[in-house]
Amino acid sequence: MPDTRDPAADPDDARSPYGNPHEAVAPTGGGGALDLAAGEAGTLGAPERPRSLWSDARHQLARDPVFLLSALLIAFLLFIAAWPGALASGDPLSCDLALSQEGSRPGAPFGYDTQGCDVFTRTVYGARASITVGVCATLGTALLGGVLGALAGFFGGWWDALLSRLADVFFGIPVILGGLVLLSVVTSSTVWPVVGFIVLLGWPQVARIARGAVLATAQADYVQAARALGAGRGRTLLRHVAPNAVAPVIVVATIALGTYIALEATLSFLGVGLRPPTVSWGIDISNAAPQIRNAPHMLLWPAGALSLTVLAFILLGDAVRDALDPKLR
Amino acid sequence: MSDTLRPTTPAPAATAAPAPDGPPPAAPLLDVQGLRVEFRTRDGVARAVNGVSYQVHPGETLAVLGESGSGKSVTAQAVMGILDTPPGKVTGGRVLFHGRDLLTLPEDERRRLRGARMAMVFQDALSALNPVMTVGDQLAEMFTVHRGASRRDARARAVELMDRVRIPAARERARDYPHQFSGGMRQRIMIAMAIALEPELLIADEPTTALDVTVQAQVMDLLAELRRDLGTALVLITHDLGVVAEVADRIAVMYAGRIVETAPVHALYERPAHPYTRGLLDSVPRLDRRDGELYAIQGMPPSLTRVPPGCAFHPRCPRAREVCRTEEPPSHPVADGRASACHFWKETLDDLR
Repeated sequence: MPDTRDPAADPDDARSPYGNPHEAVAPTGGGGALDLAAGEAGTLGAPERPRSLWSDARHQLARDPVFLLSALLIAFLLFIAAWPGALASGDPLSCDLALSQEGSRPGAPFGYDTQGCDVFTRTVYGARASITVGVCATLGTALLGGVLGALAGFFGGWWDALLSRLADVFFGIPVILGGLVLLSVVTSSTVWPVVGFIVLLGWPQVARIARGAVLATAQADYVQAARALGAGRGRTLLRHVAPNAVAPVIVVATIALGTYIALEATLSFLGVGLRPPTVSWGIDISNAAPQIRNAPHMLLWPAGALSLTVLAFILLGDAVRDALDPKLR
Repeated sequence: MSDTLRPTTPAPAATAAPAPDGPPPAAPLLDVQGLRVEFRTRDGVARAVNGVSYQVHPGETLAVLGESGSGKSVTAQAVMGILDTPPGKVTGGRVLFHGRDLLTLPEDERRRLRGARMAMVFQDALSALNPVMTVGDQLAEMFTVHRGASRRDARARAVELMDRVRIPAARERARDYPHQFSGGMRQRIMIAMAIALEPELLIADEPTTALDVTVQAQVMDLLAELRRDLGTALVLITHDLGVVAEVADRIAVMYAGRIVETAPVHALYERPAHPYTRGLLDSVPRLDRRDGELYAIQGMPPSLTRVPPGCAFHPRCPRAREVCRTEEPPSHPVADGRASACHFWKETLDDLR
């Protein structure tokens, strides 16, 4: 046995000499130079404080230009979704047929559409529907898919088999065909049928990721250790497994947000998504498409806004994945 | 862990422990009887534990010694009730804790015993601590869950515990995450969690394997000290003969899922009664004999899906005879508190080292 009484013989614990087990080592007791150093390292360690996964991710994101750019864009989109009136003073539903397909002019920088509505106002107001659908559908899929996937991965057995096959069934429904069939019977003009449809078809993707992450995490030693120290199943799942398995779910959900917005526009374009009088980029694109030769401005502005929004969310998702996935570092 | 260094550092653990060679007290705290564990794998059924029996008395330290894959850890997991089922399955035997069979206990009752009356320390403390919880929270959880303590109370107890296992500046460091500690400190935090509720039985599964030698000594000293203060019985799973000599009262040597020899520690070191134990002791490098090659037991440990018939050790045993190939040796009582599962235990015992 090497001599354990000499603190200097302990290179591993240089921050905290262990000293002799039979003499209490008080950090302030001044037992030796190294003891004092340990006390300092403990109390003055704040600036050098190593970081957790999440604060590490925060630091990486703050230095990522892609994240900053997309976050700025998303902040702007959220702002106009919440207060469209701050940017566009007009009413998206007050139209004048006399101005049908007129081009840009003072007070209406984007021109007018076939119905004589101001394209700028409609483009600004369209953000609300897209953002609402995107955010609500993402929350819905993440919650439903995350919870079901985690339960399947954690409890396994017949519960896992049942949920996985159920997920396969919903995964197998073609999105567009399913949307045409299911949403064509809906008469509501709110965003909720579209949100519900996206959640219904979107949860299996999240559930698979969550199940895999939980399966991998449940094998970890600290989960076995928690069981060995008397943690019950529920506590093990909630406190020890879930927080360690949530990162991939967040990544998938963030990237999916952009595609959900595009999906809403697609369904609205096809006439089964949002209905007038709700203002939606998809509806406007659909109305403008036949007139693309006569009045391309009617198509370009809402389509551009849609592309920019989807791009912003996908870039954000990429940046979040880079920050949260240690394997990519 | 060489014997030559020992005179300069008297081992407090060995001197303070109850007389190692004395007869053990009557009622065992933990009594494992004929435990069998199987794993169903693609290559067939792996018999990881084939009828393991041992007793641990209150306050005693039993070292379970064996190679990787000999079933030491699986036995411990089965005793704790944290075996992954499936693929693992306890197919026989009893695990008596205070005379009650844990294997027939409802899971909920068993869970309440874990942590409170029996606890476990794992090999690699970094992977055995939750990376997203501060160590203070993880320690405090022991008190809120098992004792229903308030958050503030539990917090204070957690800091106390960290002090007890000598984490410097415990109050500040309780807010740190596991990866912010050195290997030795992490293992001490793991130990702190295990002893939080002062369990009667502590199972330590190779607690020092992942640590470097100087830190190993600190952790073993800490374990020995806590054991002395709290009167905890310790099952120390290891393959390190040096660690065993230092702290154990008795040794159980495992091979291919069976206990091949049990003996008080000094008796075993002096005169092993099983050729496998003999081989293990002979393969320890000795500083006083620099000439000649290092001894190694020839061959490999058997695959647990194809354990050899008869004595599982016979293909590697220098003493193997025909009977070893056909008959599984029973456990022969060698002396008071000693047993050996070898047909030729007498001859082995009488061998001069």
